[in-house]
Amino acid sequence: MIEIEGITKRYDETTVVDDVSMVIEPRTIAVIVGTSGSGKTTLLRMINRLVEPTAGIIKLDGKDNRSLPGYELRRSIGYAIQGHGLFPHRTVAQNIATVPVLLGWDKARIKARVDELMTLYQLDPEAYGPRYPHELSGGQQQRVGVARALAAEPNVLLMDEPFGALDPIIRNKAQEDLLAIQKRFGTTIILVTHDMEEAVHMGDKIAVMDAGKLVQYAKPAEILAKPASAFVETLVGASEKPFRLLSLGRVSDAVEKGTAEGEAIPGDASQRDALAELLWSGRPALPVKGEDGKPLGRVTVDGLVKRAARPA
Amino acid sequence: MTIRFDKLGVVIAAIAAYAALVAPFATFRANRIVPGEARSVLEALPTAVGPLLLAIVIVGALIALLKTPLVLRLAASVVALIALAILIGIAGSFLTPAGNTFARISPASGFWLLIFAFTLLLADVLTRLNLSPWARVGVLVVAALAIGLLLISGQWNSLSILKEYANRADSFWAEGSKHVTLALGSLAAAVIVGLPLGILCHRVEKLRAGVLNVLNIIQTIPSIALFGLLIAPLGWVAAHVPGAAALGIRGIGTAPAFVALFLYSLLPVVANTVVGLAGVPRAANDAARGMGMTDRQRLFGVEFPLAFPVILTGIRIVLVQNIGLATIAALIGGGGFGVFVFQGVGQTAMDLVLLGAVPTVALAFAAAIILDAVIEMTATKRRVETA
Amino acid sequence: MKAWLPSLLRLLLVVLLVAFVTNPGWFQPLLKPLTENGAPAIYNQGSLLTLTFLHLRTVLIATVAATIVAVALAILVTRPAGAEFLPLSRSLVNIGQTFPPVAVLALAVPAVGFGEKPTLIALFLYGLLPIFENALTGLTTLPANVMEAARGAGMTGWQRLTKVELPLSAPIILGGIRLSVVISLATATIGSTVAAKTLGEVIIAGLLSNNLAFVLQGGLIVAALAVLIYDGLSAIERYTARRMGQETA
Ligand SMILES: Nc1ncnc2c1ncn2[C@@H]1O[C@H](COP(=O)(O)OP(=O)(O)O)[C@@H](O)[C@H]1O
Ligand SMILES: [Mg+2]
Repeated sequence: MIEIEGITKRYDETTVVDDVSMVIEPRTIAVIVGTSGSGKTTLLRMINRLVEPTAGIIKLDGKDNRSLPGYELRRSIGYAIQGHGLFPHRTVAQNIATVPVLLGWDKARIKARVDELMTLYQLDPEAYGPRYPHELSGGQQQRVGVARALAAEPNVLLMDEPFGALDPIIRNKAQEDLLAIQKRFGTTIILVTHDMEEAVHMGDKIAVMDAGKLVQYAKPAEILAKPASAFVETLVGASEKPFRLLSLGRVSDAVEKGTAEGEAIPGDASQRDALAELLWSGRPALPVKGEDGKPLGRVTVDGLVKRAARPA
Repeated sequence: MTIRFDKLGVVIAAIAAYAALVAPFATFRANRIVPGEARSVLEALPTAVGPLLLAIVIVGALIALLKTPLVLRLAASVVALIALAILIGIAGSFLTPAGNTFARISPASGFWLLIFAFTLLLADVLTRLNLSPWARVGVLVVAALAIGLLLISGQWNSLSILKEYANRADSFWAEGSKHVTLALGSLAAAVIVGLPLGILCHRVEKLRAGVLNVLNIIQTIPSIALFGLLIAPLGWVAAHVPGAAALGIRGIGTAPAFVALFLYSLLPVVANTVVGLAGVPRAANDAARGMGMTDRQRLFGVEFPLAFPVILTGIRIVLVQNIGLATIAALIGGGGFGVFVFQGVGQTAMDLVLLGAVPTVALAFAAAIILDAVIEMTATKRRVETA
Repeated sequence: MKAWLPSLLRLLLVVLLVAFVTNPGWFQPLLKPLTENGAPAIYNQGSLLTLTFLHLRTVLIATVAATIVAVALAILVTRPAGAEFLPLSRSLVNIGQTFPPVAVLALAVPAVGFGEKPTLIALFLYGLLPIFENALTGLTTLPANVMEAARGAGMTGWQRLTKVELPLSAPIILGGIRLSVVISLATATIGSTVAAKTLGEVIIAGLLSNNLAFVLQGGLIVAALAVLIYDGLSAIERYTARRMGQETA
């Protein structure tokens, strides 16, 4: 659990982060969104004390984050920096091993952990371990950056626009990987982005920042349904709202009785994908299949359109 | 098939043709300081040998002139250079009248131009071969060994520069070691002081402009003036600080030269340390802090290794510059190869000038090649991608 | 209040320099303590003004010649016709820089005799290198999209050179000239060891007669000239860089 209480950061006279309070539940993903310069990075960096706040307290599992030296605190928190920030003079394996080495793990344990993470991220440890960062593609560099942040099995992971520089296909894959890893290790993640799509997709809760202030902190559905201000409304994108809302739900939650013609859609696909398929193929309904391949029923255009309407 | 010319080859062939056919190959002087008489290739070498050299030069020039494979060009330049090196010695013995110890034979403009032309060819081949750092150092070692062999064999003993050497063999090595000590010692001192100073300037922004400006101004003071100006304060130190004189600190001599070289060396070392540290990618630095490195760990683990090639470049500048500047130390009694240069200028004895200048250039050249190789080796693996 | 301080210091330096070379007598009391046994405090074997003028003239001639040759060579090796020479020219610059100025100076004497000529040759050869190196950097690191645009706009090779490449690399070339001038100003003093009439004469006279006042005044005049010229050229460089829309470091 991370408790941010009345955090403020001023540089000279300009207030960059203004009296922000929020609580991030353990084993959840909180996404911070906002326009560029709204103070997202600064807020994130106050959690691991790369930036010292002007006022306010941040507690990790009930303990003030100033109760131990900054560098020790940071060794216990994963940090994936904007633009990966890999050390260009160290190999991939050495990069990933950074924090374990700082923590003084023994060699065998470090090697085992590096191999485990590289395998997890589909990088062959034999082939890629000895390479230097500039010998990797952008997507691979990004994965190494996240692997490095996860190396010492931190309970908390801070990520600053980790997928910003990736092309859409690789970005989708990276997002799915991250969700899978978060489930598996139960890591608490705070992720900064300026992409609302990403926020809705990844976040258990979304914090919207504007000019240093936290304007809304709520579940994605609530942000979409009840934007707290005109700013949030624009950020969500008025014309995108219904589709974003649909993207939050699974097809299995929208199944109706009956049958339909054609290829079946899996029950765990998003309702938005189902609607897109329906509109594109010009059909009124699609069959739905379960994980075991058995038919569950069907989804209809009418049914989905109702779900895309503003919740009461 | 059309004949195609190599553009550089045209230049080389023209120089070689002029040098071999028009310019004098060697100079004969009845004694050390009288004006010399020119001797052409055919006059300077025994009957059969002169035409042989001309043949080698012509074939070499033709190979350079036409578009030929690199290996052939390499062979042509190496053969020509070796032939020149051996034959100038033969010219020396051939032109020296038997039993005459006053006559001086020295290489003349034709010889030097031929050396220049074929060195150009060799340099071009080596550049195009794009040798690895190790290979370049290897070529340097081979060349040094070949020259050393020629020197030891006595092949060149009849040449005037070696006669000057023979008269001064002891002082040559003494001044040489003084020269190297001055250049390397001041470099070491500059690194010991300059690195921490550079790191300090990097960390403390207020200090940076001030320190760099002062060091910049020191660089603008002409070397002979700086050498001279240090005589007074060091003389004072020698006279008033107990033990200083025993350490060899004197107003005149090596001490002011050492201090002056040290002061000149500081700017490149400090400036390159600052530039190198400033060039460390922000993200890498940020990541280092974010991973929980202490300031020390970050300095030695991230900043320093990444800045190292740039710092080395500064050290290379300093070393090459110091080897050259150390010649000036002779003017204030600091010793070094400059002693021969200035004595030679004073006596208008050019062979003596060469005795000082040639080893200085050779040292600087070798230092540059070796350090360039080291820089390339450290930089390749650490190539910083520009994102 | 900080902004005008450097300008004021520079102005003061100019005034002091002019006063010193025109009326060195005024400064006699300041330099007197540096002399021993009643030796003269102000250089008395020639006029400081004339020497300063000759010093500057030598540097100017050498620099102008070096600039013309270096830029022409750099243009040549960056054209398609001269591209074959590019790698070699880089190596030669690298090698050339290892020749110490004293050696160049001393080796020029047998060819041209004593006096101003060997100094000019040494300054010219030594001044070539930084200008050539910078011109090469400037001409080979032009932004590719700008060059594409120039070709796309239908410029001929000559037009691209004079309207795009040279103006854009002007700041870097000027940087090379500045380096070259500062090196030449200091190296010209060494010219006096081969009897060139430069301010080095004052310093060497001081070294020979153990007169620190001479060493100091010769050294300080050259240093002041170097600082002022360096500053002036830096200002021109910044101005051109701004005109070319480039950031200055
Ligand atoms: N070290 C600093 N000094 C002064 N201003 C800063 C500093 N760091 C950030 N800022 C300012 O704070 C504001 C918020 O920055 P940041 O947190 O990086 O925004 P975001 O990550 O949302 O784009 C920006 O206007 C930025 O210029
Ligand atoms: Mg940011």
